[in-house]
Amino acid sequence: MVDFLFYLFALITLLGAGSVIFSNNPVNAAMLLIVSFVGTASLFIMLGAYFLAAVQLAVYAGAVIVIFLFIIMLLNVDAAKKVRPNYITVIAGAIAGLLMLLGVLKLFKRGENFTMATLSEVEPVGATTRLFGEELFTTYMLPFQLAGILLLIAMLGVIFISKRTATARKGAA
Amino acid sequence: MTIGLNEFLVVSGILFTIGFVGILVRRNTLIIFMCLEMMLNGVNLALISFSRYNGSMDGNLLVFFIITVAAAEVAVGLAIIVALFRKRQTVYVQELNALKN
Repeated sequence: MVDFLFYLFALITLLGAGSVIFSNNPVNAAMLLIVSFVGTASLFIMLGAYFLAAVQLAVYAGAVIVIFLFIIMLLNVDAAKKVRPNYITVIAGAIAGLLMLLGVLKLFKRGENFTMATLSEVEPVGATTRLFGEELFTTYMLPFQLAGILLLIAMLGVIFISKRTATARKGAA
Repeated sequence: MTIGLNEFLVVSGILFTIGFVGILVRRNTLIIFMCLEMMLNGVNLALISFSRYNGSMDGNLLVFFIITVAAAEVAVGLAIIVALFRKRQTVYVQELNALKN
């Protein structure tokens, strides 16, 4: 049963991801990306990371995709305009991807010390929300605060970028 | 039950590669951005499986910070794309060739 669920979630994740790079319409691509993110969140749940699965769904499948859809709507890009990628680019991309895949799979190949334990044989970390909070407010206090500052700076930067172009356009008109 | 660490790592590697190929091949900046998120997702999956098999919380927390940074990065990147579109009226990378020659 667990095997079946794993292959199902992996298939959802990879099919969603694969369809993103083949879809011509950005809105379709965003929707397929949600499918891929939901599949990844399910894999997180299989690994016992319940909190991160919830964060993944809320932040990625929720906020990030909504921003993407807003921007697609705002830009009003001509969906009918089909831009065929360069023939050489596709070949180069395929070769690069193949090499990348070979490298990554080689990296993950079972070595002598590689664990053969199945998922149920490994004791779960117990990545509860409580443990998360304790770690965040003790060991990872500084990165946590830095993340807050980073979000503040990102917000200010976004406001600055959008505002400056607006005034520049007003000045030009 | 035969699922172990290796299967999760293979899925994460394939996910990363799909994002990588997408960034190289696609011409639309928005879809390139989506593929970037996909690559980050593959890395997150690898980190969480390592964290589970290592018996420590550190991988989980790193993923938490990666998600935070990715959210900030998406906001800034999309603002740049909007600013670029206002200036050049295009989102396709082959038309954004101001630095060519």
